[in-house]
Amino acid sequence: MSEALYGDIILDHYHHPRHNGVLKKPTHRADADNPTCGDQLHMEAIIKKGTITDLAFTGTGCAISLAAASLLSEKLVGRSTAALKKFTPEQMLDLLGLALSPNRIKCGLLALETAQKLIV
Amino acid sequence: MSKWRKEFPALRRGVVYLDSAATTLKPKSVIAAEQKFLENSGVSVHRGLYPLAEEATAAYEATRSAVAAFIGCRDPREVIFTRNATEALNVLASGIVRTLKPNDAVAVSELEHHSNFVPWQQAAQQHSNTFAVLPIDEQGTVDLKTINKRTAVLSISALSNVFGTEQPIAKIIRQVRAKNSKMIIVLDVAQAIAHIPIDVAKLNVDAVVFSMHKLYGPTGVGVLWARRDLLEKIPPFEFGGEMVDRVAPAKTTFAALPAKFEAGTPNVAGVIASGAAIAFVQKVGYSAIAHHTTTLTRYAIEQLAMHFGAAVQIIGALNPGTRHGVLAFTYRNYHPHDIAQILGNHGVCIRAGHHCAQPLHDRLGISASCRISLGIYNTKEDIDRFIAALKNVDQVLG
Repeated sequence: MSEALYGDIILDHYHHPRHNGVLKKPTHRADADNPTCGDQLHMEAIIKKGTITDLAFTGTGCAISLAAASLLSEKLVGRSTAALKKFTPEQMLDLLGLALSPNRIKCGLLALETAQKLIV
Repeated sequence: MSKWRKEFPALRRGVVYLDSAATTLKPKSVIAAEQKFLENSGVSVHRGLYPLAEEATAAYEATRSAVAAFIGCRDPREVIFTRNATEALNVLASGIVRTLKPNDAVAVSELEHHSNFVPWQQAAQQHSNTFAVLPIDEQGTVDLKTINKRTAVLSISALSNVFGTEQPIAKIIRQVRAKNSKMIIVLDVAQAIAHIPIDVAKLNVDAVVFSMHKLYGPTGVGVLWARRDLLEKIPPFEFGGEMVDRVAPAKTTFAALPAKFEAGTPNVAGVIASGAAIAFVQKVGYSAIAHHTTTLTRYAIEQLAMHFGAAVQIIGALNPGTRHGVLAFTYRNYHPHDIAQILGNHGVCIRAGHHCAQPLHDRLGISASCRISLGIYNTKEDIDRFIAALKNVDQVLG
């Protein structure tokens, strides 16, 4: 199972992350980190009338956490804040398409935690 | 080639195990001792009056005596079996701090493992005593400048699980006792015990702690040694059966040592098997361990420099003789979790994270690192496989 962890999709998003950077005039900002391993994510969004019109992230972290941020950002642009609020950890792990061991699940979920902090 | 490799059945799975600082693999003799006890007996200790119980009790207490002799302790009643070193440190921190006066301070170093940091911090905070964290100098040695007469307790590790560096313990003890002759000194030998002989009669400390699972023994058995007068002074940590003398609604009195600190049914099979672990280490011998580890550590440092140059940064000084087989490192800006995962895919077992030493990693300005650590079963081929797997990390993440 773990051989599949660093497959093409994950490495693509790790090396060429989508929505990586900062926005000109974000309406929302959030930070989250995982002190046990040093993964840190910062997310910014432009939210207009309950819709996420743009999203960007920066941060340091393992390939899984950064690929997750890239995949999630791609997924969320154009969606409603209600959809973000309802987004479950299971859906996040599905999006990653990986069978993560318990030790790596936190890496996979950090992006979702950060994104949901945007709309708290 | 290590002549001890064949004693370790788990190596048949073909892994390169480089995580002995986390826990050591188990030799056949230890596995057999536990199995034999469970197959032939498996009964509890200290209570039963039937022959099986007396036999188990004798074996359990024989291990206590063997551990006492192993660490230079003349009175086995000063040896307490716990679940692990972490529990031993909780027993000491909670007990000792409760006997301190309001102005007494508790000191640990900034390179301590969380098990030798958090219990003291929490006990000090609860009891309103000052909790001081001593810095380390450039060589990774504990800086004692801020210790004064009010420092009532000092708890430090003899060997860092990140740097691998040995503290100059004899010198430190002399210096702190000169500042406060009544200071209680606790020595965490969890990492050191598999590499350096510990003689509590010569060390002039008040307590030592370690876990058997880092000494080729089973998990679930820790050792707390402390001077008799200290153990008699501090309150018990856990209460229940075995540790009591007389129980009544108005008042309960506690048992004498060592039972006072051994509440409930212990890990009987684990303690008995620990006797076999002590015997194994005595058979191999500390000088053989030191020679083996130093040789391999030197080889690992050389190979890393040769194949990776500055791309791999080893944390701490490069003297192989004092590192005792512990090498924490970073590799470019690759995340340690990714490195460890990819190495794991190649059958190479290393550790990644902050190794339960967040304060140290904060001080070093890094969030996480990788770590290899050597045991008596490791070989040059293991290091070669590790190097080859590390090269693969570049191909995947580069």
